[in-house]
Amino acid sequence: MSKPITKITPNAAVFFDNDPQDELITLNIGPTHPATHGVFQNVVQIDGERIVSGVSTIGYIHRAFEKIAEHRPFYQITPLTDRLNYCSAPINNMGWHMTVEKLLNIEIPKRVQYMRVIVMELARIADHIICNGILGVDTGAFSGFLYVMQEREFIYEIFEEICGARLTTNIGRIGGFERDFNEIAFRKIDEFLERFPPVLKEFENLFVRNRIFIERTSGVAAVTPEEALSYSWSGPILRATGVDYDVRVVAPYCAYEEFDFDVPVGTTGDVYDRFMVRNEEMWQSLKIIKQAVEKIGKEPAGIFHADVPAFYLPPKEQVYTNMEALIYHFKIVMGEWETPQSEVYHAVEGANGELGFYLIHDGGRSPYRLHFRRPSFINYQMFAPMSSGMLISDAIINMSSLNVIAGELDA
Amino acid sequence: MDKLNNQLIIERMESQFGSTFVVLGEPHGLLTISVEADQIIAFLQFLKEDENLRFNYLTDITGVHYPKEEKAFHIVYHVYNMLQNIRLRIKVAVAGPIPTVPTATVLWHGANWMERETYDFFGIIFEGHPDLRRILNMDELDVFPMRKEYPLEDPNRVDKKDFYFGR
Repeated sequence: MSKPITKITPNAAVFFDNDPQDELITLNIGPTHPATHGVFQNVVQIDGERIVSGVSTIGYIHRAFEKIAEHRPFYQITPLTDRLNYCSAPINNMGWHMTVEKLLNIEIPKRVQYMRVIVMELARIADHIICNGILGVDTGAFSGFLYVMQEREFIYEIFEEICGARLTTNIGRIGGFERDFNEIAFRKIDEFLERFPPVLKEFENLFVRNRIFIERTSGVAAVTPEEALSYSWSGPILRATGVDYDVRVVAPYCAYEEFDFDVPVGTTGDVYDRFMVRNEEMWQSLKIIKQAVEKIGKEPAGIFHADVPAFYLPPKEQVYTNMEALIYHFKIVMGEWETPQSEVYHAVEGANGELGFYLIHDGGRSPYRLHFRRPSFINYQMFAPMSSGMLISDAIINMSSLNVIAGELDA
Repeated sequence: MDKLNNQLIIERMESQFGSTFVVLGEPHGLLTISVEADQIIAFLQFLKEDENLRFNYLTDITGVHYPKEEKAFHIVYHVYNMLQNIRLRIKVAVAGPIPTVPTATVLWHGANWMERETYDFFGIIFEGHPDLRRILNMDELDVFPMRKEYPLEDPNRVDKKDFYFGR
């Protein structure tokens, strides 16, 4: 039995009509403010610079993804997943395709799994770069953000080489990829593995032992493992509290069990530990990508999708010239597939935590019900209760350390 | 205790609750059981606190609408045993027009927003919830948009009728 939680009070509505005798001030942080990192609002009551209570309002960019998904064939749902966590869209895409493959019992070739691992880990690095860079900005250190931004651009160039898109990648197909990684993509991945470590090292040197940074982050917004688990936290912020939970390890997908990597965990669960966990995860991701590139070299070349013509969109040139391909293309695009009636829950380790897809399928053209378990949505709900008693400036860096992505928050 | 598996979970649950729950199946290996609405908190509490089961992590709460069924609303809980790495899905079926289940916020703080979201989309009332308000949609909305009676597009549109696509 876990310890009872004493520090945190549940979300409670803020009193808008202040008693004039009472010198509390109601302050809106957001909905659009650089410090909120997205479109969401926190109404807080402050006593001086200290937050007394607060309430979070979200939903400003709610786009009804789950409702839309009920009316779309599987391929047309992929762009929706892109727009969940747009900082690491490929992880969402891959997670979705894996969910569909689980539903359809499709086996994926090893080489494709390694290709997916590369794409997902690159996306994780791109996401963590932003989060940690912005955390630096919020504590007043702008240069670190500039150092690593260039590397994120380079990751986007790799994505561009792989699929033609940079941010909302729409990458992948049911069963694999639309095309193989070309020579340039592999060369760029190698180049990234060469050029990123010194930059990351420099970025680290800027922060890890920086007196100001430590003073600003150490001990701020510390969360115990019991609290974190009670709030269903996952991802780096849960691991920062010391809970060793990583979906890649406990429920491996895409052959993650074959890779040698560590799951960094923190001890105090404060902002500094969250920064450090993300930082270390970037090193581990580099390690994973390196191994994946090596493993791909040992696999037979040219395999980039599973042999599932009923679900895998045929190449465009064949659609124009081959009747069978045209028929398959049409049937797949219109969602005319033979699918089982089943339900499936599949989770991947997104950059922010456990990204889960709960899909109920009744055999129709589109899911009967699709629910996204968005880590940002679940992680963020602790923000207002945990901010009580905190200084505004601490609450701001706490928010950036939670890495709340508004698209994922609102879906 | 041995490593938990679906059979052991069922046996342990049966020893505590008899036959008050129904095993719906194991789609893709995930044990799915169904319980009555008034018993759900007792079930969740037992799952969470029992030394052998220890499903201490609430992964997700969501709803599903089956308008043709007598009990039209299903509330789906995904819980997870972190120590033994096993998941469990629990479903509660409730009837309309105001479907009601007790809140799980008494067990997990994290259930708060998950239940608010489910209320927002399906109109399921979580009795005892400390702050049951809409969360993603605007407060003035007077429908629950994920219910099946609300189509995504204008039903009067003719350009998307099936017969234009040979169906």
